[in-house]
Amino acid sequence: MTFKQMFTSSVGKKFVMAFTGIFLVLFLVVHAGLNACIWAMDGGVMFNKAAHFMGSFVVPRVLEIGLFLGIFLHIIQGYMLTLENRSKRKVGYEVNYSKGSKWYSRSMAILGTILLMFFIIHWKHFWIPSRITGVAEMDLGNGFVVHNLYGVMQDTFQNIGVVLFYVISCISLGYHLAHGFQSAFKTIGVHNKRYHALISTIGYGFAIIIPLAFAMMPISFYLHWVK
Amino acid sequence: MSQNTMNLKVKVWRQKNTNAQGAFVTYDVAGISDEMSFLEMMDILNEKLITEGGDPVAFDHDCREGICGMCSMYINGKPHGPWQANTTCQLHMRAFKDGETIVIEPWRANSFPIVKDLTVDRSAFDRIIQAGGYISVNTGNAVDGNSLPIEKQNADDAFAAAMCIGCGACVAACKNSSAMLFLSAKVSHLALLPQGAPERKSRVLNMVAQMDKEGFGSCTNTGACEATCPKEISIANIARLNSEYLGASLSAE
Repeated sequence: MTFKQMFTSSVGKKFVMAFTGIFLVLFLVVHAGLNACIWAMDGGVMFNKAAHFMGSFVVPRVLEIGLFLGIFLHIIQGYMLTLENRSKRKVGYEVNYSKGSKWYSRSMAILGTILLMFFIIHWKHFWIPSRITGVAEMDLGNGFVVHNLYGVMQDTFQNIGVVLFYVISCISLGYHLAHGFQSAFKTIGVHNKRYHALISTIGYGFAIIIPLAFAMMPISFYLHWVK
Repeated sequence: MSQNTMNLKVKVWRQKNTNAQGAFVTYDVAGISDEMSFLEMMDILNEKLITEGGDPVAFDHDCREGICGMCSMYINGKPHGPWQANTTCQLHMRAFKDGETIVIEPWRANSFPIVKDLTVDRSAFDRIIQAGGYISVNTGNAVDGNSLPIEKQNADDAFAAAMCIGCGACVAACKNSSAMLFLSAKVSHLALLPQGAPERKSRVLNMVAQMDKEGFGSCTNTGACEATCPKEISIANIARLNSEYLGASLSAE
């Protein structure tokens, strides 16, 4: 059996979704943790330092390549699987069976599409200005100059439409994680009831806490809780 | 106990053969006792159709006691009808109300082509079983029944998985038309027992390959299969199958 055969079987394709999904879950922890520096109440100094570290140090830059690969693999494989699975029932039902499963478990592709739209806009707001088109600098003294991404956040989140879009995206992320987190572990084979119960509990907690933390960021700027 | 009778409308999928265009036809069935089984109601409908010179509705059935896995109707949007842990043949008319319209559809999946009306071809399941759902036994004298020690939990889990009657409700319920609950039950029930050990790795690889060849979808863990399974096969078996597949595919040469 080759690796190609393994990862192109129906089970193997799900391994790709699960492994990339778990990797992205880890990324969310890092991203939420670093962004939480906006609440340091120091006018963005700590946040800009953290962002500077992530943008200039070699380890996060290498991990960033892995992150982009993971995201694109997850998106492309997700769409391919969705189309493939849909093609398996050419004639649909008159009455659909919806009681046996949660709506968000059946709607991972739609939730994922909202997240993809979010990523494109989110990259346009922050990643592209920071990496390519340039942003205003912040002088931290002693010649230590960093991108003022905190200032970009302040400006971006004065627009109520942007804030609402970010909040809706966070809700989509929450539901995507509510299914995806525990499903990923099932897919890679966790069937022990004790561990599965633990993973489900952590998964639901994660699906609430992380999106809530992210949603509070634009809200904090919009309502001037942080200055 | 007094019987209640009811008059119903039955909206059934009619399709002459695999390649024909199908459509719903609505029939009136009168004087149905609430003590009748669902299939007896179908028998009455068919007797009426035959008497009137029409073509009776084709549907699969055999044991009519919930163990053979032949009955396969998708009733009012759920495989095997509204009751939990139940087959169509064990569904009784007291589950319905007088005047109700009951929508009856065949299992819908490309891998289960319609033979006629509500009868579908489930031989894809047979071919998956043939690909690895067996054990090798040496010839010679039969060994004592309990000579092989088996841990109680494994025996229980294997037995629970072996309850699968291969009816295909999991495929019918799944939005992806995935056969993973069926396959995972068949793989689990042998993987958990020492008798299944010699073919353990080749079994899961061959059965998954055959399942893919038959054109079933992949599993997204929605849980619809488990919720509708007449034998309450646990979705944990799918996670066990994934674990078996991961180990076998990584260690295969």
